[in-house]
Amino acid sequence: MAKLTIDREACKGCGLCAEVCPKHLLALSREINAKGYHPIGIEDQESCIGCAFCARMCPDAVIKVEK
Amino acid sequence: MAVVYEKTKLLTDKPLHYCPGCTHGIIHRLVAESIDELGVQEKTIGIAPVGCAVFAYDYFNCDMMEAAHGRAPAVATGCKRVNPDNIVFTYQGDGDLASIGAAEITHAATRGENITVIFVNNAIYGMTGGQMAPTTLPGQVTTTSPYGRDPKLCGYPIRVSEMLATLDGPAYIARVSVHDVKHIMEAKKCIRKAFETQINKKGFSLIEVLSACPTNWGMTPQEALKWLEANMIPQYPLGVKKEVE
Repeated sequence: MAKLTIDREACKGCGLCAEVCPKHLLALSREINAKGYHPIGIEDQESCIGCAFCARMCPDAVIKVEK
Repeated sequence: MAVVYEKTKLLTDKPLHYCPGCTHGIIHRLVAESIDELGVQEKTIGIAPVGCAVFAYDYFNCDMMEAAHGRAPAVATGCKRVNPDNIVFTYQGDGDLASIGAAEITHAATRGENITVIFVNNAIYGMTGGQMAPTTLPGQVTTTSPYGRDPKLCGYPIRVSEMLATLDGPAYIARVSVHDVKHIMEAKKCIRKAFETQINKKGFSLIEVLSACPTNWGMTPQEALKWLEANMIPQYPLGVKKEVE
């Protein structure tokens, strides 16, 4: 199992990471962060394969991937 | 657990001011990772442009300078000639490099200055509110071409990489894109190679990166990347334009 650590306060909710996730695990959260954006979140952490596509796509480098 | 991917230490903790989905952040990261991997952080000097990336000096964890609009290659020339052992790069947009800075980049290239230029081409002036740039595509709507760019009236877009590749000075020129993960990985290779070209003292290197501007294109970040792939790549073909062995 892989682990994603998302810096939710730095996320601007552009959603580009969700586009490239091969497992379609990422989605914008309902809550808003201090900047006023809906940060990205992962619900099904168990299914993450740790490919790090999301982290390589993220313009704000808010995702750390461990495996 | 082993770390597969995390933010490079060559970027500071300051949050980027770019709009959501702006690919400047991706390009910053690729440049920072390349410097980090080559182990030249302590002797690298970056030159920030005027444009959206004007605050780049806040984001790169190496020595940085700010140049007047379009003059980054001239400042870089000075830096490099005074301290030839430093690694000097400029980070410029299309309004900065292809318009007001067209003379500086052309002459830095033809002199074969041993610097690396990261040229971010998003086909529009971003910071000033989405005006037509020298790189705006024919028919593209901007605030100063509301009916679409008419080449008969405004001329045709400049292909900077091809134009500079005709000169004898440059050692390495390539055009890359960051619209998906595969192209991001390829862009990283080319950016790293450009820095290696400088480290090996081969001469001038330039990487043109096709970039999205969702805000001024009036699109979502996802739509902007699709538009880039469908419209910009046919106008600006990807690939290595010049390579001196």
